[in-house]
This record gives sequence, structure tokens and C-alpha cells, in this order.
Amino acid sequence: MKVKFLIPLVAFMALVGLMLFGLSNDPKLIPSPFVGKPAPQFSLPRLNNPDETISVNDMKGKVWILNLWASWCVSCRAEHAVLSKLIAEEKIPTIGLNYKDYGTEDYGDDAKKWLATLGNPYYAVAVDTKGMAGIDWGVVGVPETFVMDKKGIVRYKFTGPVYQKAVDETLIPLIKKLREEAL
Amino acid sequence: MIPEIGHFALILALSVAIVQGVFPLWGTFTGKSNWISMVKPAAYGQLFFMVISFACLVYAFVTNDFSVKYVANNSNTQMPTVFRVSAVWGAHEGSLLLWAMVLSGWGAAVAFFSKGIPPIMLARVLSIMGLVAVGFMLFVIVTSNPFERLLRIPLEGRQLNPLLQDFGLAIHPPMLYMGYVGLSVAYSFAMAAMIGGKLDASWVRWARPWTNIAWVFLTFGIALGSWWAYYELGWGGWWFWDPVENASLMPWIVGTALIHSLAVTEKRATFKRWTLLLSILGFSLSLLGTFLVRSGVLTSVHSFASDPERGLFILIFLLVVIGSSLLLFSFRAHKIRSVGSFSLVSRESGLLVNNVILLVMTATVLLGTLYPLIIDALGAGKISVGPPYFNAVIVPLAVVLFMVMGLGFHLRWKSDSLSRVLGRVWMPLAASLVIAFVLPLILAEDFKIKTVLGLFIGSWVTLAALMWVVSLGRSPFKLPLASWGSVIAHIGMAMTAIGVTVVSLYDTEKDVRLEIGQSYEMAGYKFAFQSFEKVKVDNFIASRSTMEITQNGKHITTIHPEKRDYGRDAMPMTEAGIDAGFTRDLFVALGEPLGKNAWSFRIYHKPFVRWIWLGGILMGLGGLLAALDKRYRRMRKIAPEVITQKDDGTATSPRPVVENAA
Repeated sequence: MKVKFLIPLVAFMALVGLMLFGLSNDPKLIPSPFVGKPAPQFSLPRLNNPDETISVNDMKGKVWILNLWASWCVSCRAEHAVLSKLIAEEKIPTIGLNYKDYGTEDYGDDAKKWLATLGNPYYAVAVDTKGMAGIDWGVVGVPETFVMDKKGIVRYKFTGPVYQKAVDETLIPLIKKLREEAL
Repeated sequence: MIPEIGHFALILALSVAIVQGVFPLWGTFTGKSNWISMVKPAAYGQLFFMVISFACLVYAFVTNDFSVKYVANNSNTQMPTVFRVSAVWGAHEGSLLLWAMVLSGWGAAVAFFSKGIPPIMLARVLSIMGLVAVGFMLFVIVTSNPFERLLRIPLEGRQLNPLLQDFGLAIHPPMLYMGYVGLSVAYSFAMAAMIGGKLDASWVRWARPWTNIAWVFLTFGIALGSWWAYYELGWGGWWFWDPVENASLMPWIVGTALIHSLAVTEKRATFKRWTLLLSILGFSLSLLGTFLVRSGVLTSVHSFASDPERGLFILIFLLVVIGSSLLLFSFRAHKIRSVGSFSLVSRESGLLVNNVILLVMTATVLLGTLYPLIIDALGAGKISVGPPYFNAVIVPLAVVLFMVMGLGFHLRWKSDSLSRVLGRVWMPLAASLVIAFVLPLILAEDFKIKTVLGLFIGSWVTLAALMWVVSLGRSPFKLPLASWGSVIAHIGMAMTAIGVTVVSLYDTEKDVRLEIGQSYEMAGYKFAFQSFEKVKVDNFIASRSTMEITQNGKHITTIHPEKRDYGRDAMPMTEAGIDAGFTRDLFVALGEPLGKNAWSFRIYHKPFVRWIWLGGILMGLGGLLAALDKRYRRMRKIAPEVITQKDDGTATSPRPVVENAA
């Protein structure tokens, strides 16, 4: 037996180690560089009253949620019931960031219709026509959900539609914890 | 009752596989001939029970037996029967069962066509295949039992992912599995050779046709997958460098290298260890592909079902199978010596370059596929590797590969002179250069050097292959099938290369908003949106548009791009309207409604895109012809003596291995 014939075996073992690591990891978990930093500012027109604006500053002193959604987004429809239940039960103020729904005039009032049909759980809906606020928030896809603490620091980011298990095991405990923190 | 029979048959198949894996192998060491002769009936028995098991699952799907969890999760009464059958392998459990059945099928086929193989060798080969089957069947039974029942029986099942309710995808996985699992035959032959400590020309002869057939299935499987992605995903792409696609590409590339390396080992008794290693590598990559697809280690558009616990099982299985083979290799490799020598300019050198490039390509794809995992393991964050990396690395390698490919036809074994080869290839070389420069000047609006390169390598390989046929000086109809297979497969490769080049450089796409009655012009074609309707078909509602395509006022065709709504929170599917042609495809995908009778459309003009898959068909056809060559069927008659053979343009010196004149 010569040492050089062991090379393939050794290389393979390294690969196994790597895959063992991969198994204990969730590849869908994309950490946001914004976690731990102050929430990016925006001041956007409100959906139901475009003359008024809503901004991040309005939420100061509260634990709050930013939920990114759009009427064209199928996953948003899927998470809507779960999210509405969370907002109602925890009474947590939530800003819905309506993302790129009004880019073309042809879309009409789809966002309003969407909320009228499915129910509007949001404290306020901010309209991000061009998706500029989305860029500031480092959005990867729609829907995304951010949780901010009382100081306005982003504490958690959830990518994709929220589901009941994630709400029960992650979001609600986090919200409770953040509410106990001092201002 | 029927699902229980299926479950029971699966357990019986596992028992038979254990017997097949242990006793005959044991018998080859202790010399018990009745244990050795057990292997063939065991292989047939294993297939018999697997077929029963699989048939029971199919029956459960066809009869909508929703008391079976797997059926309830993947099928419903609304689905057409053909998709209820293909739903059997639409998700994890069933596709593994199919995999295990295909493995049994390959084992039985080896047993059936085993006349020329010595009993001890056959016993070892089939035992190894039996052991692999044990692993897979255990996997199915322990972690992914498709026959599991539900206590509360739903009235209606769920839905097979609408993406998978398509004819192309109904046959794509079985094809691919035939290929993946087929590589286990070459692997088992290699393992048997290493156990015996000897690798001779007859061994290679048994392994060659099997490897070819597996490669053919893999080729068709990949081409089908690419074609399916093209017409079903609705964005006109045909290859995405997705981890799952890469998982099928890697065994294919290694399989290609193996086919060529086997040729060298057979004809020149050299490259022996290399061939063994490639045999192991090919099947290992098939298993790795399964691991990547089924474990959820990497994200992919194909992650239909993934589960870390199953991943751990496959990883352990991988460790046992690949680890033990590589360990055996490290102990036995020194015993297996190559005898032939060859000079720098020779067909061996050409094929060595071929093998090295193919292996570098495999390593490149593997690196790109696993890179996100590596980076993550090093704690350096999450990244994803996309097409720019793969294209940047694979394309230059491919160019070199094609250059050698054309040259290889004209190289002689053992040693050749550069001037002789150049004397033979200058004509195709010059002709392809002319084609490469002149065609774009005449036909294309803008001159791109990449087009020249693509056309050059494509026409160079084609012309060099044809020139080789001419230079043999025999009637083309008297050539052995293997030569035909080789020429056709390489021309297929060239066709694919040209298709890829042209469509990547010259395709045009445009998003347009059209109202009924409006039209849009692209590449000389006029696309007129004529009407729109909603139709209920089988289990979906189609939003169907009608679009007439005209060229200079002449009617070309009428297509119906549509969106299909399968209800139940499933994503709407895009069914593109495609007018396929030899030199161009017109591809229209229906987008979103924009109100007031207006819809968004995405219109593509894709020149030469068909060539990509036509090339794939030619490659597969070539591989098939080569596998059917009569010298493989004659091998049972060969006597171990050296036969000198008349020059067929490939051989000059007396060879150390047995060769049948074709």
C-alpha cells in the first residue's frame, strides 16, 4: 500500500466533514446585516391617505414589526392569516411596507382591494412605489418581516412567509422579551 | 391490503438483497460453488419483489387510496391518470423506491447478459450491487416508507406540485435514475476487479457496454430536464447551474471521462488505476447527487422534499459505500499495473488530456456547488454561486476540450508524429476557420469573436469526425457500430456547442404590454395578440391567450401562451406558447393581467436553441450504437490469445490485449 493511493480517501473524508456541517445548518437562513443596527429611516405616503406620511420615527418607544408585502406576491397571501393572528393576539403595532405595487398605473388599486378582501391587520401601510425603502432595508425578497425593539434597533429578520411554528417558537418569545427590556 | 403487500414485498426484496450481498461474495473466498451460483436467482428474485412493491404503490395512486399518507400528500382525484402514475416518483419516498427498483433491474440485467463472465467475477459484481441495494432499501424502509398509512383518511388528496404535472417531467426522473444507478454497474465491476486484484482486457469489455448504456440514459435524462425547464418554467432558460442540475452533470462528465478511459484500458492496457478510480468516482457522484438533493444541505429550485434526518442516513450510507471503496482502492491499487507505454504525441496522450479536462470540469462544478457550504463552514457568511462563475470557468475548458476532441480522431495509438497528424487535419481545420469567420459576417448583424469561437469548435469537431470516416477509406456501411456511435456522439456534442453559443449570444427578449388587437414586432416576426379566454381543463383553469405570428404578412403559426391556476394555494404555472424550428424558436410567455384587456407578455426569439437538445439526442444515439457494437456480443467466444488486426486507422502495433476484428 502506497500513501498516494490514500489521497482520494482523505479528500473524501474532508468532504464528509463538510457535509456533516451542512446537515446541521439551515441554508434558507440568510442573516441580515441590519440586525443589531438602527432601523433604516423612511418617510412614505400612507396607502389609505396619501397626503399623510408614516415614518420610522413614529414608532419610537414601541416594540414594532415591519412587514414587507405586495398584492402581486403569492407568499404574502399565504402568510397573511398567520401574520394577522399574531398582530391581533400580541397587539403589536405593525407597519406594512407595500412594495412596488404602484410602479405601473395599470395595477390600479390592487393593494387596496387585497386588504379589503383579506382584511387589514396593519397599524399603517406605507407605500414604497419605487422600492427605494426596500433597498435601504436590504430586502432580498417579498415577504420579509423585521422586528424592532423600543430603541428602534432591528433585532430580528424573517425571510419568506411566516408560519405558525416560527411565530410560536421565535417571534412571540422575542416580542415578549423585547417588551421587558428598558427603553 | 395492497399497500401492505407492497411494504411486505419491499422487506422481502431487502432480505433477498442481503442474501445476494453476503453469501455469494463469501463463497468466492471460501470456494463454495453453490453459494456462488446463488447470485443469479437472487438478483432475479430481488427484482421480482421490487416490481411487486412498486406496482402496489402505483396501484395505490391509480385507485386514489388516500389512506396511504404518501398518496394523500401527492395526488388527488382531479389529476389525470398519467400524472397520478408519475406522481409515484414525484416526491421523496416514491422516487427512492423507483431508484431501488431500477437498481434491482440493472442487477437482473447484468445477471441475464452474463454468459461470458466467469462465475466468481459475476458473483462479486452482483454481490456488490446487492449490498448497494441493501443500503437503499433500508433507507426507504427506515426513513421514507411510502406505504405508511394515515389514521384519519382524507376524502381528497393534496396536490402534486403543478410544475411536475407535465409529460417531460413524468419521464425525466426515471431516465436520470437509470443513468445514475447504471453507473453502479461500472462501480461494481471495478470493486470486483479490485477484490480479485486483477484487471484485464476482458474485464474492461464487460464494463464498457454497461457504462455506455448508463451514460446514454444520463444524457437523455439531462437533456430532458433541460428541455423541460425551458418550456415549463416560462423564462426560456435551459440551464441554471442549480445544485440539482450540477448533481446530474457531474456524474455525466465523469461518465464521459470513464468511457474514454475504458477505451484506453481495453485497447492499450494502460490507465488501469485511473479507470478504476473513475468508476468509483462516477457512482460516488451519483450518490452525492442524491445526498445533495434529498438532504436540504443546499437550497435549490428542486428542493421539493428535504429532511436533515434523511440526510444523515444518506451521509452515513455515502461514508460506508465510498469510504470502503476508496479504502479498498488504496490497498489494492499497487497490485494493478498498467503495462503499455506511449509517447507524447499519441491517442493515449489525447485521451489523457480529455480525462484531465473533464476531471477539472467536474472539480470546478463540485467546487461551485459546495462553495456556499464551505464558506459557511468557515464562518465567513452565506453566499451563493451563480452562472457567471460556472460560465467563466467551464467555457474556456470546453474550448480546449473541443480542440483536442477533433484532433483525437486522427491520432494513432502509442506514438504518432505531429506532421502526419497535421497533414490529416489541416483541411477540416482550415474549413472550420473559414466557416467560423464567414458565416457570422454574412448572417449576423454584429460580428462577435465569441460566435467565431463557438462556430469554429463546433464545425472543427464535426468536420474532423467526418474526415476521419473518409480517411478510413472503407464504405461507411461497413464501419463497426462503435465507430459510427463515436462519430455521431461527437457531432452531437458539436451541435450542442453551436446551439449554446448562438442562443447565448443572439437571443432577444422583451417584456411588452399588449391589448387585444395590438401587436409587437421582433426579429422580423410580428406577434399579434388576438383573443383571450378562460378554460377549465382537467384539474386547472387556464387563462389562455391566442397570438398569431406572421412574417412579412405571411401566417407562420398561432400559439396559445397560458397561465394555469391549479387552485389550492399553488403557484400559477406558466405554459409558454412555443413555435419550435430548426434554426429558431419563438417563445411567448403570458405574464400578469394589466387591466383593460391588456396583458403583459414576454416574447423571446431564440435562434438555434433546439440544437442544444438535438445534440443531446445525437450523443445518446451515438452512445447506444457504440454499446450495441457486435464485438461486445462476440466476447464470449474469444480465446486468450493475441490477434493481430488489420489497420483500421486506429491501430498499428501488435497489441498486448485481445481484440476482435470487427
